[in-house]
Amino acid sequence: MSIFTRFKRKSVDNDASQVDIFNKETEGLSQGQIVLRRFLRHRGAIISLGVLSTILVFVFSALDFKIGFLKYHGWWKYNYTEQPDLRTQGCPQYLSGCPTLSINPFSKSFGLGDHPFGQDDIGRDYFALVMRGAQRSILVMFIIGIVGGVIGTVIGAISGFYRGKVDAILMRFTDFIITIPSIIIGSVIGFHFGNLGATFLAFYLGLFAWTGLSRLVRGEFLSLREREFVDAARVAGASDRRIIFKHILPNAVGVIIVSVTLIMSGAILLETGLSYLGFGVVSPDVSLGLLISQYQDSFTTRPWLFWYPGIFIIIIALCVNFIGDGLRDAFDPRQRRRISRKERAQAKAVSLAKQGEN
Amino acid sequence: MLAYIGRRISILIVILFGSSFILYNLAAISGDPLEGLRGSTDPKVKVEINALIHQLQLNVPPPARYFIWLKHLLTGNLGLTRSGNPVSTELSQAIPITIRLIFMATLIAVILGIGLGIVSALRQYSRFDYAMTFVSFLLYSLPIFWVAVLLKQYLAISFNNFLGTATIAPAWIAGLSIVSGFFWAAVISGDRKRVFTIFGISGAATAIVLTLLSLTKWFSHPGLGPIMIAAMGIGIAYAVTFLSTGLANKAARNASLAVVALGVVLYFPTQYLFNKYPGALTVFLLACLTVGLAVGCGYYFAKEDRRPVIRTSVITSLVMGIIILIDKLMKTWVPYVNTDAVNNRPIPTIGESNSLLAPGHFWFTFLDILLHVFLPTIALTLISFATYVRYSRGTLLEVMNQDYIRTARAKGLTERTVIMRHAFRNTLIPLTTIVVVDFAGIIGGAIITERVFGWRGMGTLFNNAITNFDLTLLMGVFFVTSSLAVLANLAADLLYSYLDPRIRVVSK
Repeated sequence: MSIFTRFKRKSVDNDASQVDIFNKETEGLSQGQIVLRRFLRHRGAIISLGVLSTILVFVFSALDFKIGFLKYHGWWKYNYTEQPDLRTQGCPQYLSGCPTLSINPFSKSFGLGDHPFGQDDIGRDYFALVMRGAQRSILVMFIIGIVGGVIGTVIGAISGFYRGKVDAILMRFTDFIITIPSIIIGSVIGFHFGNLGATFLAFYLGLFAWTGLSRLVRGEFLSLREREFVDAARVAGASDRRIIFKHILPNAVGVIIVSVTLIMSGAILLETGLSYLGFGVVSPDVSLGLLISQYQDSFTTRPWLFWYPGIFIIIIALCVNFIGDGLRDAFDPRQRRRISRKERAQAKAVSLAKQGEN
Repeated sequence: MLAYIGRRISILIVILFGSSFILYNLAAISGDPLEGLRGSTDPKVKVEINALIHQLQLNVPPPARYFIWLKHLLTGNLGLTRSGNPVSTELSQAIPITIRLIFMATLIAVILGIGLGIVSALRQYSRFDYAMTFVSFLLYSLPIFWVAVLLKQYLAISFNNFLGTATIAPAWIAGLSIVSGFFWAAVISGDRKRVFTIFGISGAATAIVLTLLSLTKWFSHPGLGPIMIAAMGIGIAYAVTFLSTGLANKAARNASLAVVALGVVLYFPTQYLFNKYPGALTVFLLACLTVGLAVGCGYYFAKEDRRPVIRTSVITSLVMGIIILIDKLMKTWVPYVNTDAVNNRPIPTIGESNSLLAPGHFWFTFLDILLHVFLPTIALTLISFATYVRYSRGTLLEVMNQDYIRTARAKGLTERTVIMRHAFRNTLIPLTTIVVVDFAGIIGGAIITERVFGWRGMGTLFNNAITNFDLTLLMGVFFVTSSLAVLANLAADLLYSYLDPRIRVVSK
């Protein structure tokens, strides 16, 4: 009758047929295979993974870039520094540089057009700017994730494995850094290192992004190092390094991967937030947060300058969050998925058949 | 216990010392306050540089300079900003503003987040659950400065324009009714027939209410009046009784209904008091009186097992009191909107109060503060409530798998009792600690919000500190936020051990 009424199917949640189904599914599979299967079943995560990889390819192939003497020519005709003439034709009155993107398949102008996302006030192609901004933001996200992940894993592993004084010192140090809010530490760093470029900024930010991860890894190591397989390895004469890397770390990899994705989803919002405040990526380089902060006042007159970078931030962060969620579910041994009616009916039929045989 | 707290506090002091040392040195070495002067060609620049070096003690290396700052701090002196004001006065002006900004947001986010999270857990794997998961992830991924600009445009400016006519377009009515139908159908749910009935009823109810509001131009002349208050009160009495003790408990139902009746009877004397003695003290005393009356009602109606009855009537009375207060504010609305300072555009997009508004009128000031809090609160709520939805959903699902829930069911308790008394309360234990820690953490997060909405709180101070290279101000801000964060952690731990007897504080 009420909000508390539960669905009928839930009352059989814990019955034997469900356990049967789960056991049958994981029979004869390695841990890695089980995790992979669970991840592939998380629809949101798979879709996000697809979207994120598409965006990655799309964004990074759009513009020219150079690695050493290798030059790459992007498929987009403008660069983010070029200033083509401001387009006024076809725009509403008193407006210039309006977007030419048209998603109505029946209109004459269907397609990308000359400036799909419009132009900014000095005529730079906004599509190129957004692509460049997204590149920077994604780059920052990955660097922070990698730097933070590596430092966090190492510190957590050492302090969980060796315990005692080493642990006490490292964890106090972690406490020191965890107490400083990330936006404060980010601003202090960003204000002074922002002009060194996005890569440096991300690297320095990554140096302070590992605290939560290191605590989790330490916890994992503390419990794993007491397990029988570690004792066995030690009795067999394995060195500390071998035990850490070959025996314990592979068992802690779930925790690490999940929290690295969380670091990354936090990182993209941190970077855009810092750039918005003016403490992150600074012009002439471009970042999505910087674009929003530069053009927020023109929202009423030229809303496209505001919408596109924001949409890119949201899509990227959303995908990373969903992938993180999928990974967490996949690595969580307690995670139970929903059993469909068909599967339950099948399991029931099997168990009835067994009873009949007896 | 005391030994434990003492030990924890001494650790906290060490942590604060360490983190402030790190931040101080980091801030000191990462920039040069003389940079602006070095490039100058002014002949007096040498003197200025020397003066600045003397003022900021730049000839002392940063680690040593930190101890000078620390020595001042220990004597209770937070130092001077570069413009010469004491840091402590700047902070004491900024802190109340920031607290005002985040308090309401946290409160609303917690209530909404826990409520929706629990419904979503009870409806695990339903469409509602999937929709909530998606929405909370979406909100997680929103940059607050982006949301804020959208809110300014679509909520504030459009709403102010809308107040000019105060009529709702039919398309909007239809859309909102369908949304409300979907929402309630998903929340209550059941078999197909019931879902359609609920959809129809809630959609139609929304449509009727919105049409009436539109036709009477209620939005430009809002108000409730005693009849509406009575009707709402009865609904609230039933809802609170239902959630708190179940409708089978006659005493609780009667007590809450009596509280509502008292509220309606006392409506007119209350209005008199509001007008005769406006002020926070009146509101506070009336709130105390309300609770007192509610306790009395509960005591009178329940002959045995009084606690749940009194709890029910007190909750009802508080909601009732808030409605009466809202009614009073709605009555203040029309004169407030017509003042020159407001000029018919009541929802502000910027600032923490209207400086043009003549001071001294308690109700005007009260409404003014509330309206200025409105947009930032919504923005912060949207961002932080996703966490609570996810967290309360996860915790409730975990709790529902515990043995004591099976025991409770096996005893034959109703599903309501099992969920509200056994599951919900245990869900709240880990949530309390999250809320406490978050409240402290959000102060740091409010930096961006303050910038977007032009508030002059801690965030602005922090901004100034960074851009002017003002180390004492930066350390002042940090000192306040980090002490709060660290103390909140301690409070959360103590609260946890108090709420959950399974976790004992061991003092070694």
